Amino acid sequence: MMFDVSIGKLGRWATAAVLLGGLAAQPALAGDMKTYPAPEGHPLSEIISGYEFRTPETQALQDDDFENPAFLWVDQGEELWNTADGTAGKACADCHGNASESMKMVGATFPKWDAKNNRPVNIELQINQCRTEQMGADAWKYESSEMIGMTSFVRTQSRGEPVNVDFSEGDMEAWKAKGKDLYYTRFGQLDLACSNCHEDNYGNQIRSDLLSQGQSNGFPTYRLKWQGVGTLHRRFKGCMDQVRAKPYKRGSDEFLALEVYLAYRGVGLPVEAPALRN
Amino acid sequence: MTVLNKREFLIVATGAAAAAIAGLPSIALGAEKAEMRVAEFLGGATASEGGLSLEMPEIAENGNTVPLTVRVDGEATADRYAESVLILADGNPEPGVATFHFTPLSGTQEASTRMRLAKTQNVIAVAKMNDGSFMRTDNLVKVTIGGCGG
Amino acid sequence: MSKPRVKIPKSAAAGEIITIKTLITHKMESGQRKDKQGNPIPRMIINSFECTFNGERVFGCDMEPAISANPYLQFTARVPESGEFEFVWKDDEGSVFSTKKKIKVA
Repeated sequence: MMFDVSIGKLGRWATAAVLLGGLAAQPALAGDMKTYPAPEGHPLSEIISGYEFRTPETQALQDDDFENPAFLWVDQGEELWNTADGTAGKACADCHGNASESMKMVGATFPKWDAKNNRPVNIELQINQCRTEQMGADAWKYESSEMIGMTSFVRTQSRGEPVNVDFSEGDMEAWKAKGKDLYYTRFGQLDLACSNCHEDNYGNQIRSDLLSQGQSNGFPTYRLKWQGVGTLHRRFKGCMDQVRAKPYKRGSDEFLALEVYLAYRGVGLPVEAPALRN
Repeated sequence: MTVLNKREFLIVATGAAAAAIAGLPSIALGAEKAEMRVAEFLGGATASEGGLSLEMPEIAENGNTVPLTVRVDGEATADRYAESVLILADGNPEPGVATFHFTPLSGTQEASTRMRLAKTQNVIAVAKMNDGSFMRTDNLVKVTIGGCGG
Repeated sequence: MSKPRVKIPKSAAAGEIITIKTLITHKMESGQRKDKQGNPIPRMIINSFECTFNGERVFGCDMEPAISANPYLQFTARVPESGEFEFVWKDDEGSVFSTKKKIKVA
């Protein structure tokens, strides 16, 4: 049987063995992780924020709003919120007023069905719709500091609110199903699906890293690796790069569908943006 | 054609990694550079132990951001304060991290920042007091490398 | 880029020691990295920080490339009287970032 293994397959398996070498014989999850009941139909019984998988030092950076460097981006977003831009001469605040009231639930309820365009929209895409359609301003690049700042500011208004996305609107269920397909599809030279790490092996080590459930409740997130705040789609891209797949584009339908499905997998978890992760 | 089974493969891979680490000359080089900086800072004086401490995680989750607190015992007063505290990391490509300068207005002689550590290594602090005396402390920090966040 | 963040109490007792926290946006390019073409990316860091109170030095820090991006500094100050703290950061390109905070001694 051994000689049936082609070199290509062996190479791929060998690389995967290096990456997943640490997966065996790790202790079960520490008992002190805060868990939430999973929504109906979820493959797991309990859902856990990525916060719980980090070290006390990393958690401490998120716990203090001053020490959390992500607030540099939140501050930038707040400034932009009150700054007029575009041909209409309007700022976000001119229509939406005080963000702490008007944006209170936005971070917990997006992605949302957009009936007009017959597709779901996430916060980033919604911000650009406002900019191009209401303000007469140019769309921001998906990973620009302005976009990350505004998204961080908006989502931070929902901190502590449980994720509560409405899947009954429009074709949200179909998008969720498409996202689910992607979640369980193996990608790349390492031939790994999202589920292989984040459903089958959360709580285990992947090399020196403790795998989380891959929840989205903390995004946009300051990652120590990035030394800055990034979008959920940047994280998706990072995962695909790491399994040596060709990643989809940020803002693509594929990543949007995955975002919709991940929101479902995290229904009930409190929004933690702007979170701090490894 | 030889095909390794999983156990054999891991043995080979581990051996190769160990050999690669053992062969790195930069470990000695980093420590040497750090000691040169210390010698320059001391200017011929000798440093005593005690009275100066470094607070850091035992194991840092990510080498990009390792929290660090330096503390010289006692309040800062006009009579006694730490003019400069040099902080070095002896396993980085360049050992320099920062130099803190306290004054009598500092109140305490304690300050915190966040540093980059390229790998597991010693962090060294040397304090120069206003009376020209020196204190030194060395602490090992283990740095997690090679996960999704690495 | 956002403004530097500084946290100090609004008031203190005379002679009280207060904690000051500061954070500033900066990539702290170490000079050790290479771009996609393999060319070294030049060093560009914040290299100094100064905190003064009514013009007198409270705390200073010389920074080297091993300081993390978005530098964070926490230190203390003894507050003898009402007055104003000034915080100044300088980087390798000569940019100066500064901010001020008042404190009242009751």
